[in-house]
Amino acid sequence: MNKILCILLLSLLGSNAHAALDVFACEPEWAALTQQLAGNQASIYTATGALQDPHRVEARPSLIAKARRANLVVCTGAELEAAWLPVVLRESGNRAVQPGSSGYFEAAQQVAMLEVPARLDRAEGDIHAAGNPHIQTDARNFLPIADALSKRLIQLDPANGAFYRQQLNAFNQQWRAALQKWEKQAAPLRGMPILVQHKGFPYLSNWLGLKEVAELEPKPGMEPSAAYLGTVLNGLQQHPARMVLRAAYQEARPSEWIAERAHITAVIVPYTVGGTPQAIDLFTMFDDTIQRLLAGLK
Amino acid sequence: MSSKSYLGAAVAALLSHSFNASAANDADLQAIREQIQQLKQSYEQRITQLEQRLQQAEASGKNAERSAAQAQSQAQAAAPQQAGRPATGSENSFNPAVSLILSGNYGRLKQDPAIPATGFAMDANPGHQQGFNLGESELSISANIDPDYRGVATLALLPAGGMSVENAYVQSSVPGNGFNLRFGRFFSGLGYLNEQHAHAWDFADQPLVYASLWNNQLGEDGIQLKWLAPTNMFAEIGAELGRGRGFPGTDRAKNGNGASMLFAHLGDDIGIEHSWRAGASLHQTRRENARSNSVPDLHNTPGGASNSFSGDSRTAGLDMVWKYSPNGNIRERYVKVQGEYFRRKESGLLAYDIGTPPAAGGPITDSYAVTQSGWYLQSVYQFMPAWRTGLRYDRLDPGIATVGARNTGNVIGDYAFKPSRVTWMADYSPSEFSRLRLQLARDNSRQGRADNQIFLQYIMSLGAHGAHQY
Repeated sequence: MNKILCILLLSLLGSNAHAALDVFACEPEWAALTQQLAGNQASIYTATGALQDPHRVEARPSLIAKARRANLVVCTGAELEAAWLPVVLRESGNRAVQPGSSGYFEAAQQVAMLEVPARLDRAEGDIHAAGNPHIQTDARNFLPIADALSKRLIQLDPANGAFYRQQLNAFNQQWRAALQKWEKQAAPLRGMPILVQHKGFPYLSNWLGLKEVAELEPKPGMEPSAAYLGTVLNGLQQHPARMVLRAAYQEARPSEWIAERAHITAVIVPYTVGGTPQAIDLFTMFDDTIQRLLAGLK
Repeated sequence: MSSKSYLGAAVAALLSHSFNASAANDADLQAIREQIQQLKQSYEQRITQLEQRLQQAEASGKNAERSAAQAQSQAQAAAPQQAGRPATGSENSFNPAVSLILSGNYGRLKQDPAIPATGFAMDANPGHQQGFNLGESELSISANIDPDYRGVATLALLPAGGMSVENAYVQSSVPGNGFNLRFGRFFSGLGYLNEQHAHAWDFADQPLVYASLWNNQLGEDGIQLKWLAPTNMFAEIGAELGRGRGFPGTDRAKNGNGASMLFAHLGDDIGIEHSWRAGASLHQTRRENARSNSVPDLHNTPGGASNSFSGDSRTAGLDMVWKYSPNGNIRERYVKVQGEYFRRKESGLLAYDIGTPPAAGGPITDSYAVTQSGWYLQSVYQFMPAWRTGLRYDRLDPGIATVGARNTGNVIGDYAFKPSRVTWMADYSPSEFSRLRLQLARDNSRQGRADNQIFLQYIMSLGAHGAHQY
């Protein structure tokens, strides 16, 4: 009994020792961005994997335990995590990370949202009132998000303010250079007609000038039936597409079904850090996305 | 180490935490700054909204499509300068989140559903419904009340008309540091299934052990306090004090506490694909004149006798759930295995045949003690998106009662039968908000009355769809 008490006390004391901030990142892209901006000042836990559908995650006990210890929760917002995050935060009993407090950061607050629905009706499928939440596919979005996130880090840990500012400047420089490189590389993709499996790419399309012809899901979040895929296939005769896009976490079957019949390429994009073996950080994630899209052209 | 050094460590732990608390004064300043910032942002946001509307109006001109696309890319380019919008992460915009669950059943049973499980005639036995019936339709309203409190009310719509209050509680994390306080009417935190609402059940009905020992679900009027340990692994303990409203409590209108509950949960992930939670619970209540009708007796009285029990009721339970999903992606495929065991000891005085007046040899009262138990094990498998199937095995043990001498010729002490049931279900969820289910059961819970049961069920959820618990 005494031993257990001792271990418990040690773990209580130990939790504050190693890093200045305990960060709970909802998705791998925000974990990667926090890593860029906070370096070793943050100990980061990533709540979802790159092969998990971020809409459908359960409020698992482990997530609640991690949120309990966090100083900062970094999430996409725009209701992407509506199915699990509210329960995780509520059950955590951690006042510092509740929505509205300085320990709660939503990336979607920092960027202009696309596809804000004019008609809020579930007959339209799993739509989000704030707009499409898949903001991480446009590399330009990371600049305002990094800026705001860095400010938040400084607010929570003023002692390391100079360090965070330095990290932000370094990131901004590297990112701006990378943006130029990516936009140049992706120039052949401009105006290219594509199919998407889920309405998850408006930001990517908007950035690189891709033209979405159709989605494979009849409504966002609904599984495509064989009959519906047939309709999409017929539609391709009028509006042909060059490739069909899906995120790494999505099921292969619908894309492959249509790619085979329409004789187009099925392209998997990493979608987040870790989605493909090549996407090991934010920079390689976009490197790989563009390489895979270009490969799809051939 | 001596006990003194533990004390030292404890004091050090407390001190390190109180140092953290001194930062709270700065937090006040920050809160004011944030409020000013928010005010500023809300004006900026209104202006940008007006600008956007103007742009949209322009866009609806001749080259609608092209100019809309331009406006969108302009908005995108302007993003870095744009101020934050109001928080959209909360489940509402001032109005409470309203959610309506529409649910209904069709049941086909061979045996009268009102007949209780053998040996459990003195327990609650919520039976099934035959034919078409409106099952568990419920209206739920929830919102933050202020920064400290959140309110939730769930009203069950009764098939015969009217409403009943299923949940009406206030939740608060004011104490902070992992504490969660809840008061009002809530589902007790016992076991795994008890807190889940009917629309989240994996089968059309509750396991036999929940039906018999908890009248399907234990609802309590009272107060609940939980504490989550600041450990890497999920470790939670909780306690409840209540009126004793739900079975086996007898809803006393008295000062003091009618029922108490203690529970603890542990849980974690194993890699990215496995997760689990295990728990234990203890419940205690004092039953006063708990009346049960139609209880079979040793005289084979037609329609059974009416008895009344007063005494202590203590229940202990164990629960566990384990989930597996390839790559942790529950949208595609997953397996869930769960099981629970409950054991209840009751001892006190049993009044046999309270229907007969004392003049005619009326109620005969003597001591009575029994230990009843039950368990279930179930598994649900989602083999492709939207499609699931599940299997459940239920078993009850009515125990052998110790009956006082005056009643040994009246009350059945040993039923020599253990009720059981096997249930299979398959369900289809066209979207996250709808589910259709077929359930077949071989119900052997009543001696000599085996039953084959068929259920068809729909569960539809309208409006705000709150997050589900694990």
